[in-house]
Amino acid sequence: MYDFQYQKPTTIEAAVAALAAEGDAKALAGGMTFIPVLKQRLNQPSTIIDLTDLGLSGIALEAGKISIGAMTTHGAIAGSADVKKSFPALAYLAGNIGDRQVRYRGTIGGSLANNDPSACYPSAVLATGATIVTSQRRLSADDFFQGMFTTALDPAELITAVEFPVPERAAYAKFANPASRYAMVGVFVAKMPGGVRVAITGAGQNGVFRHRAMEAALDKAFAPAALDGIETPVDLMNADIHGSAAYRAHLVGVMAKRALESALA
Amino acid sequence: MPQISLTVNQKPATAVVESRTLLVEFLRTSLGLTGTNIGCDTSQCGACVVSIDGKSVKSCTMLAVQADGAHVTTIEGLIGADGALHPMQAMFREHHALQCGFCTPGMIMSAIDLVETHPEGLTEDQIRHGLEGNICRCTGYHNIVRAVAAAWPLMHKQPINQAAE
Repeated sequence: MYDFQYQKPTTIEAAVAALAAEGDAKALAGGMTFIPVLKQRLNQPSTIIDLTDLGLSGIALEAGKISIGAMTTHGAIAGSADVKKSFPALAYLAGNIGDRQVRYRGTIGGSLANNDPSACYPSAVLATGATIVTSQRRLSADDFFQGMFTTALDPAELITAVEFPVPERAAYAKFANPASRYAMVGVFVAKMPGGVRVAITGAGQNGVFRHRAMEAALDKAFAPAALDGIETPVDLMNADIHGSAAYRAHLVGVMAKRALESALA
Repeated sequence: MPQISLTVNQKPATAVVESRTLLVEFLRTSLGLTGTNIGCDTSQCGACVVSIDGKSVKSCTMLAVQADGAHVTTIEGLIGADGALHPMQAMFREHHALQCGFCTPGMIMSAIDLVETHPEGLTEDQIRHGLEGNICRCTGYHNIVRAVAAAWPLMHKQPINQAAE
């Protein structure tokens, strides 16, 4: 690992100022992706800004809305009585990220800022139309995700919280890579007051995306059979040693039906 | 370079470290606690798991500076003042839950956390799922699962899964 300066500010303002002061400073949340990246020398920041002491951890349940601080860990979300009761699909998703040790340290804000195309959270955020709250503004999920490892965040902008509208029904179905536990394909289905939203992670060349054909079909009938015959364009799928584009396109259909069955269970 | 002060196996430790020093390197190289192993470079194998403030953490995926102020327990810290093995260590020996032993320190640290956080009992499925962050290439896991199930009653001083029933 290349060496760097380490800072641990105690206010959001100080953290943003530190990020802005140096163009190649980077924020460190849980570090479950970032530290392995540093170990492989894939990134060489001059300064690392540790976000641990900013007080951004916590879960608040309000009317029809769950607000989760950016530094809240996957384990805390999976174990939260409020999340389990009002939005169990999110607790399930969080409880199946990585392994126990990753869930103790990995955070929702870190995962979203990184926007790994195989990460789980982006699907929940996009499927519910959640709001990303940052140090300077509020971003809708549809505006936030901008392709593989790319978001609407400015270089010196920090996610402070995520606000999820509580869905009427929702479920997440993941086909996990057996080694990494990342999603080969993950489908998040959410029945929202304004209609059904379906978000797919792991599969697309440009990261998480909404499956509009499935959404239209499920708006007519919220049942697995409604997805019969709905195609997922193969040329939009990612292909790697773990699975071809055609394989992933097929898995999207299979996992979407499983998500739907579990949303109706 | 940053100075850190932490408690390792109930003893204070203070050191000046490079920002980039991983916790596992600090434990092994600066403190000589080589029971914690490095088995991979990808955060997958779990041989480096230690307890930080009561939670099992992969010490290869955490900077030493991030452990400033923390209470760290490594495999060396489990043994009692009288030299007695921790019940989890004793059950790993009893049930032959290791062959080469390389994964064992991390496996034991994870297993203790798993048992401590499940006072209501643990099923075989929960044990297998709970240890998915630890890879063993020798045993095929069966004896590890048996050892963890056998350690539960010793740690909670009641039969396993009685609380759940």
